[in-house]
Amino acid sequence: MTDAAAVITWINGPVIRARGSSKIAMGDMVGVSDQNLIGEVIGLHDDEMTIQVFEETSGLTPGMPVYSTGLPLSVELAPGLIGSIFDGIQRPLPVIERKTGSFIGRGFGLTPLDRRTRWSFTPLLIKGNKVSEGIAIGSVPETGVITHKIMIPHGISGTLTWVAPANDYTIDEVIARVETEHGEEPITMLRRCPVRKARSFKNRKEKNEPLLTGQRVLDTFFPLVKGGSAIIPGGFGTGKTITQHQVAKWSDADVVVYIGCGERGNEMTEVLQEFPKLIDPRSKRPLMERTILIANTSNMQVAARDASVYTGITIAEYYRDMGYHVALMADSTSRWAEAMREISGRLEEMPAQEGYPAYLSSRLAEFYERAGLVETFNGDTGSVSIIGAVSPPGGDFSEPVTQQTRQYTRVFWGLDKNLASARHFPSVNWLNSYSEYLDNVTEWWQAETQMPWRELRAKAMQILTEEGHLDQIVKLVGPDALPDDQRVTLETARLLREAFLQQNALDEIDTYATPQKQMKMLELILHFQARAEAVVSRGAIINTIQELPILNSLIRMKNTIPNEQLERLDEIRNALDEQFDQLELLYR
Amino acid sequence: MKTTERSAGLLIAGITSVEGPIIRVEDTGIVAYDEFVEIIDSKNQTRVGRVLEVGENFAVIEVFSGTSGLTTAGTSVRFSGRSLQVPVSREMLGRIFNGMGKPIDHGPLPLAHNFADINGQPINPTARIYPRDYIQTGISTIDAMNTLVMGQKVPIFSGSGIPHDLLANQIVRQARIGSQAGTNEERDENFAIVFAGMGIKHDVAESFRNAFTESGALNRVAMFLNLADDPVVERLVTPKIALTLAEYLAFKCDLHVLVVMTDITNYCEALRQISNKRGEVPSRKGYPGYMYSDLANLYERTGRIKGSEGSITQIPILTMPNDDITHPIPDITGYITEGQIVLSRTLTAQDIYPPVSVLPSLSRLMKDGIGEGKTRADHPALASQLYAAYAHVQDVRSLASVIGEEELSSIDQKYFEFGRAFEKQFVNQSFSENRSIEETLTIAWRILSILPKTELTRIKESDIEKYYGTA
Ligand SMILES: Nc1ncnc2c1ncn2[C@@H]1O[C@H](COP(=O)(O)OP(=O)(O)O)[C@@H](O)[C@H]1O
Ligand SMILES: [Mg+2]
Repeated sequence: MTDAAAVITWINGPVIRARGSSKIAMGDMVGVSDQNLIGEVIGLHDDEMTIQVFEETSGLTPGMPVYSTGLPLSVELAPGLIGSIFDGIQRPLPVIERKTGSFIGRGFGLTPLDRRTRWSFTPLLIKGNKVSEGIAIGSVPETGVITHKIMIPHGISGTLTWVAPANDYTIDEVIARVETEHGEEPITMLRRCPVRKARSFKNRKEKNEPLLTGQRVLDTFFPLVKGGSAIIPGGFGTGKTITQHQVAKWSDADVVVYIGCGERGNEMTEVLQEFPKLIDPRSKRPLMERTILIANTSNMQVAARDASVYTGITIAEYYRDMGYHVALMADSTSRWAEAMREISGRLEEMPAQEGYPAYLSSRLAEFYERAGLVETFNGDTGSVSIIGAVSPPGGDFSEPVTQQTRQYTRVFWGLDKNLASARHFPSVNWLNSYSEYLDNVTEWWQAETQMPWRELRAKAMQILTEEGHLDQIVKLVGPDALPDDQRVTLETARLLREAFLQQNALDEIDTYATPQKQMKMLELILHFQARAEAVVSRGAIINTIQELPILNSLIRMKNTIPNEQLERLDEIRNALDEQFDQLELLYR
Repeated sequence: MKTTERSAGLLIAGITSVEGPIIRVEDTGIVAYDEFVEIIDSKNQTRVGRVLEVGENFAVIEVFSGTSGLTTAGTSVRFSGRSLQVPVSREMLGRIFNGMGKPIDHGPLPLAHNFADINGQPINPTARIYPRDYIQTGISTIDAMNTLVMGQKVPIFSGSGIPHDLLANQIVRQARIGSQAGTNEERDENFAIVFAGMGIKHDVAESFRNAFTESGALNRVAMFLNLADDPVVERLVTPKIALTLAEYLAFKCDLHVLVVMTDITNYCEALRQISNKRGEVPSRKGYPGYMYSDLANLYERTGRIKGSEGSITQIPILTMPNDDITHPIPDITGYITEGQIVLSRTLTAQDIYPPVSVLPSLSRLMKDGIGEGKTRADHPALASQLYAAYAHVQDVRSLASVIGEEELSSIDQKYFEFGRAFEKQFVNQSFSENRSIEETLTIAWRILSILPKTELTRIKESDIEKYYGTA
């Protein structure tokens, strides 16, 4: 390492310059000073390189050495990722805690994954099989729900000359050998993979299965697909983090990668303490057995915020390549964009909009392009879905990060300050949010719930839109001035908002709803509307409808009827019909 | 790398330029980034500063106490070879310091065996204990609807002329850990207050001092005061020194530390000034793009950690320029802290104290600190219902202003009445009124009972049966 050392010439916060080594290349990971602080070369002009340092640079002086690692910024991939929490450059936080105590120190070259753990390897192929990149040669049960496929790394193809027998191995023991054109290559379970480049796959596939979140407003109204991407913009306190946590908890992904990017320490602690105790309703195993956490909290080094996003997406792609559906959450991508802005500012680059660098847009595009549903080299289907929170300054969606992210994503879950302050959660604004995947998932919903999802959804949306118009009139003359048929619309809209759209993440029953529950609830509310319209058209006045006891059951069905007892919704429907039948008797 | 042998003690005579609070020194030889320096002027007076940028033969330095009177030829700079460290000890409680941590109460220098870097280090999320123990402040709007939790950071968003200092005083005086609540007795020995004043007026500092004295807490308080007429750049150091002491008291001495920092707006102005002088590309309204990270480095120094009995709870106070909550200072703060208490000019004008505007206020940690076994089982839903109802009051009021109160539907008239009762009976209380959580919830039920039962859709039916109309 020492022969290729460069020398620091300038230091300004997380950005330094160094000179004097021709061996260090653009994009290389470097060790800075004798403490080996981790950095990455982000600029190269003649002999002078610019480096962003992922650790605190306090105390560095010009003249200190910079060593090359000869590798681009990379992550380690092997069994042991799931259930872990890493910092932005994939250092395991529990190990850091053992080393430096409650506060994070610096300058320790740590290996991300444990070298001593022995994993139970079972070969899938035998000597003589032809293999190439991405082909699974064996498997390891990583957690109670995830079976880790050991795949041939990038750049290797040939014939298996040896595969280890089923047994326990560490991640750096040789478990196979491949005869390639360039000689025999030993294969271990451990890969190092550059993070700035997307991992390859065989081809993209059409996305037509929803990524269910159990959140009614998301699944029913603005659905995301497996392999799709969504954006959650919202001012502070509107519910971005809770929404991300809800998706991390209840979505039907196989693997969840959660990136806390420039946000609160306590929020990561919360996930860390809660997820091992929460049980996944599908697998009946603790949620932590499918979750990987990456934490670059707001007080950690700003350059590592950028790295955290790439670390996360690369790990997500790796599990996709095993044939899993991976959901990646990044909270908040605005902090990532701001980190780019800060580094760019220190380099005195020419700023574009609001001080952000001109390359902001292309970085966002590249990131969201890494979402997708693919056929893997191994012939499996896997996906990465990206759900990015955006924190617009002043809650104003016209700012550059929201606007540009919007261009590269197809689902927009816009959070609304007024809804949040009335504690209407999730505060997803139904009038300005959208999903461009409606066509993709229509068939799935129809088949899965045996209900006309698309029509029910359209009807509900129409009522809500109409409420928006009627509200303008109500604001001027009061609701009493409206004809009763329009007041039925208002009453139905109120039900939709309070009984369906509002969903309390903190309520044990309401926290997630199956597609069946969502459809039955929605159908019930629309059935109410149909019956109410009929009886009003016969001359009933709205107040008699508003006084029906069934309204109370409808409003409370979300948190009184668990997913497992949906037949109780049929009872409500019967009661509803009975009450309307009675009412109709009066208006024959 | 807290020390750099090479630059320790290095003395450079003469500086190249002075630009606002920033000076540039050349022919430095080797100097460390973030190093602490002393600047000696022609009259042999010493000021202190910090290295912001270093090159092979120059250093850019921010001078905390300002640069007025400095000449290029007559100034020399002594490099310390380390970052700024301050003494920390239990003896510092009961004392008053200036913004740089020097005693100004005529007492002796406190005895300290420990020194700590003022920048602190990030707490490892794996080492944190998620805060769950609620604090009773005796203030209904806070305890019922924006409950504080020990180890939380919750700022007060205010404006000039709004009694935020009074409210902060009341919180400091009345705050009790939930489990010990209901008593007005002396707080436990394990309680301490660290106060950081940044650019505040003498009388504000004095009012806090008096409040601490009255509550008999003065010997448990350390005050760090950078006053309005003190150097502007020093404001950037004051809260860091205060938090460094707070961390020592909480995590080494196992004390529950309440940190009050005021006024964050002055701190941010100092940040902006330095940034502009350095010619940095600004983000919104001229504030530097790194203001988020900078403020996070203050606010995140809060919480609880494993292996320590203590905690740090932060109540920063900021005045919103033009009462604008979207201004970068409150905006960025709200994005980092665990909620906010927003004060309202309208309520102040109506003589309602404390003028807490509940709708934009929030406590993010409340959800895990209240409810059965903590406050009361009906509390979470009750709070949610109060929010929903009071939000509806706003619509009703604007409708009433168009069609007249009498023309409101009977239900909306009830809401109108509820809104008035909410502000007069629930929000409003006196500076000396210390309501127990039971009292607060009772008042809440009393005013909610103005509305028909059928409106209370967020509350469990069994709780409605139990509490509706009983108060
Ligand atoms: N689905 C939800 N159910 C119940 N409460 C919610 C929900 N979403 C948000 N909240 C409330 O809003 C607060 C702020 O939410 P959070 O996700 O932290 O906002 P953001 O990340 O946008 O700043 C939470 O502390 C919680 O009280
Ligand atoms: Mg958040």
